[in-house]
Amino acid sequence: MDEKQNGLLDLRGVSCPMNWVRTKMVLEDMEIGEKLEVWLDDGEPIRNVPRSIKDEGHKLLKVSPVEDYFRVVIERG
Amino acid sequence: MAVTLSETQIERYSRHILLKQVGGKGQKKILESSVLLVGAGGLGSPAALYLAAAGVGKLGIVDFDKVDLSNLQRQPLHHTPDVGKPKVVSAAETIASLNPDVQVVPYTAKLTSENIMGVIAGYDVIVDGSDNFPTRYLVNDACVFAGKPLVHGSIFLFEGQATVFQPGKGCYRCLYPTPPPPGAVPSCQEVGVIGVLPGVVGLIQATEAIKLVLGIGTSLAGYLLVYDALDMEFHKVKLRRNAACPVCGDHPTVTKLIDYEQFCGVAVTADHGSHA
Repeated sequence: MDEKQNGLLDLRGVSCPMNWVRTKMVLEDMEIGEKLEVWLDDGEPIRNVPRSIKDEGHKLLKVSPVEDYFRVVIERG
Repeated sequence: MAVTLSETQIERYSRHILLKQVGGKGQKKILESSVLLVGAGGLGSPAALYLAAAGVGKLGIVDFDKVDLSNLQRQPLHHTPDVGKPKVVSAAETIASLNPDVQVVPYTAKLTSENIMGVIAGYDVIVDGSDNFPTRYLVNDACVFAGKPLVHGSIFLFEGQATVFQPGKGCYRCLYPTPPPPGAVPSCQEVGVIGVLPGVVGLIQATEAIKLVLGIGTSLAGYLLVYDALDMEFHKVKLRRNAACPVCGDHPTVTKLIDYEQFCGVAVTADHGSHA
């Protein structure tokens, strides 16, 4: 899957908790302060993943709805 | 770090990766770790199954015994068709089917003062699941000499014990300086054992081994955990390094490995010293 290009992780169609697992794997390899954009489905994903992001000390910079999904910008904490 | 998790590994270990204390980095540590299990019996079975499931990269298994039908009541590493096979072969087959990420290194030779240092040298953590005093003392002394962390476990009737011996912070001989005389303590072959008991104790050992590999939490080091299955009670008893310990004390008297069978003059038979 070619989803990690240019700090972008397209997790549309990936259900919980694998969407957060994949986000976490990418965040772990980033430097503090670096940014990552993830695309999450509406429903469970957008309810759960941002909470997990904050729980592990990362910053949610932006959550914007786009059609039927959300673009979430994270700053590695 | 050299290891990169594959897509299937990310999925297989996702419940580890989700944990804040583990994560992808911790899972890589587990995959790069090596654990030696002394005994593929009652304690070794659950330990082997769960350490393999966790993805321990190299799992050494020492056992010279063959699977007996009477083992299956408490040794779920071995299944009915395995009766008669060497335990390490049966263990390797079960583990290969459970998790192909794990390399099993089988040792069928009996551990002795001659070979033990070479066997333990290649491992980060040693888990003792043996059921006899000569092996327990040999493994303890070898871990003291090699500076290896040792996860101890033992069972008797309805009671189990577990602890961790960290190099320089006490050992099994601090607790019990010398083995009991031969015949003073009945072996598992003579007394019964409730099958679930080694399951609990072996998994406590596996838990401690995983924590040591990950470097998380507080280990049992410095405490003896005593588990009473009949009353379902756990007690932690404080342990201290004994300055007069014959092997790790200030003036050690045991300065080389001892093969207690010969020392005690116990006849070594085909099934003597098998593992719980």
